Amino acid sequence: MTESAIILKSAGSKRHRAESRFRAYGLIAIAISLSFLLIMIGSITMRGTAAFKQTFVQIEVNLPTEKLDPEGTRDPEVLRKARYGKLLKSALREQFPDAKKRADKKSLYKLISSTAEYSIRDQVAANPSLVGGIHPFWVRASSDVDQYMKGTIDGSLEESQRRVNDKQIAWIESLKASGSIESRFNTQFFTGGDSREPEQAGIMGAVVGSALTLLICFLLAFPIGVLAAVYLEEFSAKGRINRFIEVNINNLAAVPSIVYGLLGLAILLNVFNLPRSTPLVGGMVLALMTLPTIIIASRSSLRAVPPSIREAAFGLGASKVQTTFHHVVPLAMPGMLTGSIIGMAQALGETAPLLMIGMVAFIVDVPGGVTEAATALPVQIFLWADSPERGFMEKTSAAILVLLGFLVIMNLAAVYLRRRLEIRW
Amino acid sequence: MVESLAMNEASEQPATPILKVRNGQVFYAEKQAIIDVNVDIQPNAVTAFIGPSGCGKSTLLRCFNRMNDVIPICRVSGSFEFSGQDIYDSEVDVVSLRQRIGMVFQKPNPFPKSIFDNIAYGPKIHGLASPKAEMQEIVETSLTRAGLWEEVKNRLDQPGTGLSGGQQQRLCIARAIAVQPKVILMDEPCSALDPIATATIETLIDELRESYTIIIVTHSMQQAARVSQKTAFFHLGELVEFGSTEQIFSSPVDERTQNYITGRIG
Repeated sequence: MTESAIILKSAGSKRHRAESRFRAYGLIAIAISLSFLLIMIGSITMRGTAAFKQTFVQIEVNLPTEKLDPEGTRDPEVLRKARYGKLLKSALREQFPDAKKRADKKSLYKLISSTAEYSIRDQVAANPSLVGGIHPFWVRASSDVDQYMKGTIDGSLEESQRRVNDKQIAWIESLKASGSIESRFNTQFFTGGDSREPEQAGIMGAVVGSALTLLICFLLAFPIGVLAAVYLEEFSAKGRINRFIEVNINNLAAVPSIVYGLLGLAILLNVFNLPRSTPLVGGMVLALMTLPTIIIASRSSLRAVPPSIREAAFGLGASKVQTTFHHVVPLAMPGMLTGSIIGMAQALGETAPLLMIGMVAFIVDVPGGVTEAATALPVQIFLWADSPERGFMEKTSAAILVLLGFLVIMNLAAVYLRRRLEIRW
Repeated sequence: MVESLAMNEASEQPATPILKVRNGQVFYAEKQAIIDVNVDIQPNAVTAFIGPSGCGKSTLLRCFNRMNDVIPICRVSGSFEFSGQDIYDSEVDVVSLRQRIGMVFQKPNPFPKSIFDNIAYGPKIHGLASPKAEMQEIVETSLTRAGLWEEVKNRLDQPGTGLSGGQQQRLCIARAIAVQPKVILMDEPCSALDPIATATIETLIDELRESYTIIIVTHSMQQAARVSQKTAFFHLGELVEFGSTEQIFSSPVDERTQNYITGRIG
């Protein structure tokens, strides 16, 4: 038997088999978790992308001067006060004269969104020269029509089983034939606030609310967290009290977030009477929640700074404060920032504490400041997921996609910052 | 405090010791690391501290610029004088003490900054150079004295951590020189370096002796013999023997010293 044959034979030995078995287990574990992730993201994406499209209907609307602007001033304020709903309805009746009965008229009006009159109002107020003529307007189709166009409502079902009746389907088909119905990119979803009508609802209010909340959270939690970490790690005596504080900080990091929400409700709202439902209070509550994470991350990155750097600075006659802030903190900063961003990403996804302090309210306007009532992304998802309308289902998934997008951006920023700022020694 | 130190220096005679220790004792919690040490360090000479590991030579070295202050369990007693002034007086400003008594560590520890900033940091925090040109000059003189100027003059803006080990150690020496100290403490400055870099540093130490008082802790007896004029041998926290390097290595009085330098203990 040659030397190489011996080597070949031992390759199939017991410990070799154990090794390949272990590798297989590892691969299976990774494959399972990856496939779960793929299924989750895949199903959300499939449902959510539909929300980025919205069906629009073109309608010829008569804008008679005597109804809109009897005085002839063309003042936008006057134009805003006119009743466009009526004009829109008569325009629909004109387009589809076969709707004679009350019930038919009702179904006809339901083709377009109930918010369509406001979009016409805004267009007329912005461009008063439209008054006194017949003009085509593209308006949002109602959510049911939108869903039918997207194929989520099956036209072959019994009429009583579906949300669009036979007449409506006939009208939609005639609109299709004349090219007066089309699917467009739904900018409203990204620029608008919440609405009771799924076709009108947008994510912007929640995004701004989340951004303001996180801003407050960062402004409070980062400086406090970093200073606490620097003091505990660099200045305080490493005695029993320090250890006691450390244990408690670790415990606080594991406290369920709803507890912080209750604390915010009891102290910030009820004792200090801060404004309810606002990013200010939301940010303060989330800051409390994020603080332990930031302190723990900052302490460990301070500990990772080699003691030789401190010695070098002391040896040159730098004081404790100079050593800490000229050398140790700048070296620990990448780790501190990364820890903070990860803490903030956690805060971005937090729902329960915000429910407690009333950021769950239905708010149409995009908030303009930290003391205005607002909602946040995860709460918006919660609200939409709770709505029975079919149209909100896709909005929910789309909002989850937006939230995931922000989380990915924040985590990438953390990785980038760490790579960028890291100094090797 | 700075003025009083300066006055003391001006009035001192060349022969009087610059550092004086009487009944020096150091404890780490309950353990005594330095037992009743008396030593006089002559100015403008190289004094070597030798002895086996854990004999207290580094601990004593760190007493001179109060680096032991950072260790909470460390307690120092006895009299430590620098130019006639008590180092451990409560009035003493540790910052200006360390400006007078600089230190070079075992492992080269440049700041992760540019070569220029490494040198400039000390003078900056002590306010030694306000105009920029002055700082430029300090950096150049310090690097020249440390024998590093020619090697780095074209890349002062590059990180000090990018230099080789020996260059880094010379950078650390230049950094210590930049604050214009009287004494430079060196804690095994060559233990992390290769023989060629070690030889360079030893030559440098010999040159620096003219302007500075140097105390060097070393594990290498050959190094002590090569660079120092005075040698102190420590064993188990005691100063066993202190004398001229020649005498210690050729005719040690104490048996322990003889055993150590002939390689029987340590």
